[in-house]
Amino acid sequence: MGNYLGKGTIELNNAPSILSWASAAGPMEGEGPLADYFDYIGEAAHFGEDNSWEKAEIILQKSAFRAALEKGKLAETDVSFIFAGDLLNQCTCSSYGIRDFDIPFIGLFGACSTMAEGLALASVFVESGVAKNTVAMTSSHFCSAERQFRTPVNYGGQRTPTAQWTATAAGCAVIAPQKDPPYVKAVTFGKVTDMGVKDANNMGGAMAGAAYETINAHLMNTKQNIADFDMILTGDLGMVGSGLLIDLFKRDNIDIANVHADCGMMLFKNKEQDTHAGASGCGCSASVLCSVILKRIVEGTYKNVLFVATGALMSPTMIQQGESIPAVAHAVHISGG
Amino acid sequence: MKITNREYGEMLDAASPRTKLYKTLPKAFMFGGLICVIGEAFLHLYMNYGAGKETAAALTSITLIGLAAILTGFKVYDKLARHAGAGTIVPITGFANAVVAPALEFKSEGFILGVGAKMFIIAGPVIVYGIAASVLYGLIYYIAGTVM
Repeated sequence: MGNYLGKGTIELNNAPSILSWASAAGPMEGEGPLADYFDYIGEAAHFGEDNSWEKAEIILQKSAFRAALEKGKLAETDVSFIFAGDLLNQCTCSSYGIRDFDIPFIGLFGACSTMAEGLALASVFVESGVAKNTVAMTSSHFCSAERQFRTPVNYGGQRTPTAQWTATAAGCAVIAPQKDPPYVKAVTFGKVTDMGVKDANNMGGAMAGAAYETINAHLMNTKQNIADFDMILTGDLGMVGSGLLIDLFKRDNIDIANVHADCGMMLFKNKEQDTHAGASGCGCSASVLCSVILKRIVEGTYKNVLFVATGALMSPTMIQQGESIPAVAHAVHISGG
Repeated sequence: MKITNREYGEMLDAASPRTKLYKTLPKAFMFGGLICVIGEAFLHLYMNYGAGKETAAALTSITLIGLAAILTGFKVYDKLARHAGAGTIVPITGFANAVVAPALEFKSEGFILGVGAKMFIIAGPVIVYGIAASVLYGLIYYIAGTVM
């Protein structure tokens, strides 16, 4: 059974394994630096669904799910629970996609933090002994997110330099009782942190505070420090949020620049692909983790990674009412041994 | 170390890059100007074919709107707009784009609740306040005309 270490942190004594994982991505992500690591890359952003971006995203998420099961040599009936969510209202893509499967579903909304949230919950479920193979999964699609949160895709608006590009990507991981690495050793569920940022085009800026809080809480509760990790991998702070996070730690005389990496800065060639401050969206951290990062952990490049996916819990309605953007970050300690 | 929202805001401000106005302003000017030059060319073309000035002006607007709608459909207008900024938003072509883009986007929800209902989500406020301003202007014009 897990140990509750203090505010939000649970130590997993039996350290469940991440049994298998897979990622799926759109064509633009397929031209990015991680192209070789994705299990599935769609030729067109609609993935054969000409009429609906939501249906396209469903295909994307299901592709990641099927690939993860296949890689783990699992059948649908081997899965005890699915923790999944996405950016859309009613967790559309997860619930509509999962209706085809005969697996109990626990829907999540944590915006771009969903992968860490799902991974943490699935790991705690497995640790407790009630679940065997448990899936954590999420996705996002540039076009389905734009039409819900911003403007139609073909509208000729100009993006600000701080704006991030919602990834068309999905990631899926299967957590199982301890077997082979990578292992999940501890998790910290973050609290909602609102730094008073009102600019909906500066998500990284809105989320850096939450990442700072959660990383600090995790380190304090587990009595660890930055040096215990070879990588602090934040969800999608992008260029602005990453710089800000490093600055926040500098105030405490802690230098994280050498160990910090950000999924939002890894998915695209930002300059070439004109993605401004980097990538974002649930699928960003999910696809980066479930492609290159977990592979590198297994290969031994990284021994201890603190995966901290951050989510801007932005409601367009509340932004229009003049409210600021609350954010949350969840941390998962993934270890190679 | 605890941080106040105000201190955080200042740090965020310092970390956030600004729009490079020395790049964006000339680009907007050039693209906007180019659209006006194209409009002017059509105006002269229609007048050459015998249209009166007013008819030629109306035909020019219709042509530009038509072209912008087609370019939006072919996903070209938003790519131009990435560079042009206000240069493609301010002219009448920007208005056409603002109507056609949601019409295309929301056709997946059907012709009534999709295209019909969502077509003016961006352009709607422009129409509402445009009409309100012209009513106000008309009133002032009328009152000033009667008094003087």
